[in-house]
Amino acid sequence: MSHHTSIQPADVSVAGLLRTDDLQQLIDALIAAGYDVIGPKIDQCAIVYDQITSVNQLPRGWTDLQEPGRYRLQQSDDSKYFGFAVGPHSWKKYLFPPQSIVSTATRTENGWQFSTDAPPAPRLAFLGVRACELAAIEIQDRVFLHGPWVDPIYKSRRDAVLIVAVNCTSAASTCFCSSTNTGPRCRSGFDLALTEIAGGFVIETGSESGRAIAARLPLESVTEHHHAEASSARAQAEAMMTRKLRTDDLHDLLLGNLKHPHWDDVATRCLSCTNCTMVCPTCFCSTVTDVSDLTNDHVQRERKWDSCFNIDFSYMNGSPVRNSIASRYRQWLTHKLASWQDQFGTLGCVGCGRCITWCPPGIDLTEEVVKLRDAVHANSEDPS
Amino acid sequence: MITPFPSSHPHNPWLAHSVRIQRVTQETPGVATYDMAFDDASVAESFQFLPGQFNMIYLPGVGEVAISISGDPGQRGVVPHTIREAGNVTKTLARLPLNSSIALRGPFGSSWPVESCVGKDVVIVAGGIGLAPLRPAILHLLKHRSELDELTLIVGARDSSLLLYPERYDDWRAKGMNVLVTVDRADESWHGCIGMVTAVLDRLWLRDASKTVVMTCGPEVMMWYTVQTAIRRGIPSAQCFLSLERNMNCAIGLCGHCQFGPEFLCKDGPVFCFDRVASRMKVEDL
Amino acid sequence: MAVNDLKKRPRLAVFKFASCDGCQLSLLDCEDELLTVAGLVDIAMFPEASSRMEAGPYDIALVEGSITTPHDAQRIQDVRKQATTIVTIGACATAGGIQSLRNWASHEDYLRCVYAKPEYISSLATSTAIADHVRVDYELRGCPVNRHQLLSALTDLVHGRKPRLPAHSVCLDCKRRGTVCVEVAQGIPCLGPVTHAGCGAICPAFDRGCYGCFGPAAQCNCNSLVTTLQSAGTTNDQLLPLLRNFNGAAPEFQAAVQFMNEQS
Repeated sequence: MSHHTSIQPADVSVAGLLRTDDLQQLIDALIAAGYDVIGPKIDQCAIVYDQITSVNQLPRGWTDLQEPGRYRLQQSDDSKYFGFAVGPHSWKKYLFPPQSIVSTATRTENGWQFSTDAPPAPRLAFLGVRACELAAIEIQDRVFLHGPWVDPIYKSRRDAVLIVAVNCTSAASTCFCSSTNTGPRCRSGFDLALTEIAGGFVIETGSESGRAIAARLPLESVTEHHHAEASSARAQAEAMMTRKLRTDDLHDLLLGNLKHPHWDDVATRCLSCTNCTMVCPTCFCSTVTDVSDLTNDHVQRERKWDSCFNIDFSYMNGSPVRNSIASRYRQWLTHKLASWQDQFGTLGCVGCGRCITWCPPGIDLTEEVVKLRDAVHANSEDPS
Repeated sequence: MITPFPSSHPHNPWLAHSVRIQRVTQETPGVATYDMAFDDASVAESFQFLPGQFNMIYLPGVGEVAISISGDPGQRGVVPHTIREAGNVTKTLARLPLNSSIALRGPFGSSWPVESCVGKDVVIVAGGIGLAPLRPAILHLLKHRSELDELTLIVGARDSSLLLYPERYDDWRAKGMNVLVTVDRADESWHGCIGMVTAVLDRLWLRDASKTVVMTCGPEVMMWYTVQTAIRRGIPSAQCFLSLERNMNCAIGLCGHCQFGPEFLCKDGPVFCFDRVASRMKVEDL
Repeated sequence: MAVNDLKKRPRLAVFKFASCDGCQLSLLDCEDELLTVAGLVDIAMFPEASSRMEAGPYDIALVEGSITTPHDAQRIQDVRKQATTIVTIGACATAGGIQSLRNWASHEDYLRCVYAKPEYISSLATSTAIADHVRVDYELRGCPVNRHQLLSALTDLVHGRKPRLPAHSVCLDCKRRGTVCVEVAQGIPCLGPVTHAGCGAICPAFDRGCYGCFGPAAQCNCNSLVTTLQSAGTTNDQLLPLLRNFNGAAPEFQAAVQFMNEQS
């Protein structure tokens, strides 16, 4: 059975307390188990995901200030290892890489020879996966693994990943995972989960692989006091979350108002720059193109991240089908929040807020939904 | 009972099969039918498709393009595709000599509902090159002609030089299909019907509208008005089927290009029941 | 495809108008691939590279530089008559280049400042794109052009294909290479969201804002970017040199400057 399907909520149990000073032992245990550890670190004035080998690379004592169109790092008044929300990167860059080769072609005397052989997927341990990101991975699993066709690249990478989740103990102003029911508590989909409290981490395991790693750690028993502290730390994240998205009416509200003038209003602000789709942990659009040498004897089919905001994306018979910013924004929002439900049985949004923070003009989808809803309701109540 | 062939799924959906251009038949200006033969005998043996499905035709170094299969689903070994020169792939293809090595992935997508035609009347409405994706359904239905009642094909084109497969119409008539041909513009040499396919459908004698199945392929606006006409004639919209087109890149529902509202045209389509897509067909830039 | 065996190699000519020669040099800069290119085409005219100058007609003309003199305005008409396919290369040819700064200044003043005897100079008051004068088949953007894009476009043309020239924003390429948005994370003014792809998103990867050297992206929303940057604290004095740069005369960037001025 593949790794990710073996993780069930029923498996989740508390394994013990890892003292703060022993966090390096977790990283060492992961490396000893054959994983490259990917975790948060500070680069390019942001907290990004990259390979780490030491706790000293973690952004300890740093937090992020996020608001629509703005992200700033700031030193916090505590020394938490994970006292920040999600940054510009998401784990999809490892599972669904921005660039990959899906097949190759070689010209021979007997015509073209094709191959889909790929190098073995790297064994990666993701350290610091938040609840919204677990949900995003679960959504991309539905897209790439559970449809009529399985994507071989995603599958091989997904099967080779071990997930160490971290429960959020604070929230950014752009977070709204409570509304999408995807957080802040990590409930399933991880091998290990940490909750950071004063003096250590309460560790839960969610799979056999997770229990095997936990068994190598110098865990102490978790007291009532630790439990209470962990629970209150997690509650703090929930309490800090102010942004809301009403989801019950989204499907019909959006798909029932495809011709609403509000799409033109958003289009005056939207840059159609693709940033929201690129930072989104669930967006999965891509384009495959041929890359060949000048003699055209060796050809690679290269898949790259693409976006419904790219004007070329819907190109057909000489012109783009979605030939305006309004139609492209409408495609994105209606897909993410409405037609995604028809396609995959879930919202395409996990409430991580990345699209709000990383949109240069700061377009906030939660706000756009409210504006559309209000405009639709005002119109239906207006007797004229 | 009509039992269409099941589609065959290759293990890795990105793996292309090498094929040779075995024969090229010029159809209309800029349109030709390419018979493609698999290099690998075992692939040739196992390759099966349903009427209405498509392949991704691949020219290494140039790219891929989604093309409906236009051959007989019962025929093995050779897969015909009727292709109009439009972009880089199709223009390059048109310049390749016979026996050139190219490739394809497939078959992909949904199919015409030929199974549900048993005991019914069938009206097929094609515009221009839209006849190509319908041809496998026509050939299949003609082979099972006795299981249907009325079988009619309405073919339209801008002018008579753009009619697809005109040399086959008499053979199809002989096998029991009523073939009605109409053109938008005619010169002195044309002695047939002039006007839209919808006008022909409007006047068509229907034995029992409630038991009639409509399959249409052509420009989107033509298909829309064809179905509107069918509905006006009393044919249930649930029995009207059409084949839609969008930019297709992966053909396996993973790249996002071909979305039409909640549908991925490559895996949910290209053939749809009208009811499933009707509301979205009138939304601009969707 | 063995196109070379089937027909004669296409005749290539390179023409220079008002420019720094940097884009032509990109072709010479191809080094490893240059010999292969030379095998694909018959270089009939390339003054920068060879003294061999053959008369037209040409299958492919690469045109560098902008139109700044009455003589050049005439010469480009001749090039058009001689060439089956014209590909303009670089910001000068596609938008007028940095020299279009004269479009918003007094041409006469400039001449008097620079030349001892301005009366000997015959030049136009504006620097304009090649497409303002003749029909252009394809545009390769950039200051300078990206040599990989130039090679791939040439290869496509030689094989009778339409060059693939993506028109999306620089942001898409930033994200593909993992670059964190410099505007959002650092407040650095960046034209990436409205700038045409092709450079590979180099500047933001080095903590620099994009200065739009590939010109406007397709359907770019410059007004919204101007508003965004202004409200993030970018002054018009900082914005103006960004917008009136190598592609300042591109209509979208000109309109952006007008919009910017109306906002203050």
